[in-house]
Amino acid sequence: MHEMSIAMSIVDAVDAKARAEGAVRISLIELKIGKLAGILPEALRFCFSAAATGSLAGQAQLVIDEPDGRGRCSDCGHEFSVDFYYARCPECGSLRIVIVSGEEFLIQSIIIDEEGE
Amino acid sequence: MCDTCGCSTEGEAVLRMPGKTGGHIHMDLKSHSHEHASGDHPHDHNHDHPGSRKVLLEQDVLQQNNLLAERNRGFFEARNIFALNFLSSPGSGKTSLLEALIPALQASTPVAVIEGDQQTTNDADRIHALGVPVIQINTGSGCHLDAMMVNRAIRELPLPDGTLLCIENVGNLVCPAMFDLGEALKVVIISVTEGDDKPLKYPNMFHESDVCILNKTDLLPYVEFDALKCRQNAMQVNHHLQWFEVSAKTGAGMAPLQEWIEHKLKDH
Repeated sequence: MHEMSIAMSIVDAVDAKARAEGAVRISLIELKIGKLAGILPEALRFCFSAAATGSLAGQAQLVIDEPDGRGRCSDCGHEFSVDFYYARCPECGSLRIVIVSGEEFLIQSIIIDEEGE
Repeated sequence: MCDTCGCSTEGEAVLRMPGKTGGHIHMDLKSHSHEHASGDHPHDHNHDHPGSRKVLLEQDVLQQNNLLAERNRGFFEARNIFALNFLSSPGSGKTSLLEALIPALQASTPVAVIEGDQQTTNDADRIHALGVPVIQINTGSGCHLDAMMVNRAIRELPLPDGTLLCIENVGNLVCPAMFDLGEALKVVIISVTEGDDKPLKYPNMFHESDVCILNKTDLLPYVEFDALKCRQNAMQVNHHLQWFEVSAKTGAGMAPLQEWIEHKLKDH
């Protein structure tokens, strides 16, 4: 259940950033989690609410962008979409595929409120 | 909670050294200050624009772990320490493999071991019996080691220049793949009592690893396990994998593995 420690890492990072920016709360967190990143967004959402309790992100909405996997063939250079680390090049049949996207795992931005209601 | 100082999943983590009395070492998680703990430090934000605004971070979620892993890596480089991170499901024979490798290797190079488990010092006790420095990290409820735990453990271990440091991760084919510890290489172990489709079922682990060791080959006549198919499955997930087939119990296949480690120790 690495999503829990990952949720805690996210809370920690955004809470620190928001405090440094003088925020009183975080209303939204934008994440980019590629489909090959090894993270289940639903499990992460489940853990996040528990992990964020008591932090500035306690009420924050999670917006998760999930880019598709893309692979590039090392033999012919063809680029195509992949949903797994194992893929065969549709052009030349090679298995020497390098993943070029889909492994992203980023905190992109947060929306903060600077003054309490 | 803060991944930098380790007070996230490893809130219950403790270090234990076999042969040393006096209990164990807590990770001392609350002994340093947190940027986000005080709340009374000055801010220079602009109060002329109250309300909401967007702040860009563009940072890796595991940035704090990764930064600490790089610190560990720098420490290892400075001391010419070669660190291997051993990963597998429970029961694949990580500790037995170390028990078979270490006596052969320690004649020519100093060896030290970090053991990761949720509970007990059972594995560390077995390694301690070999006469090499070992420290046990008990992660409590944690399902993986992280860079902070390793950072604390290497402060407690005697690590002469040129040491081979074996890190035996918590038995788990999922979570440990996510966490860089600062190791030189990740070594995944699979045994023939598991399925030969393991690399396809747990692709992240095999994708992240540099070396794959198929263990318990002495049991091949008794189990339905296609070693060639397993290798093909692993290579499909990661065509850079270095592959070894061994029996830690009988010693079969251990010589090429040992030679490869010795070669790496010279060249890293």
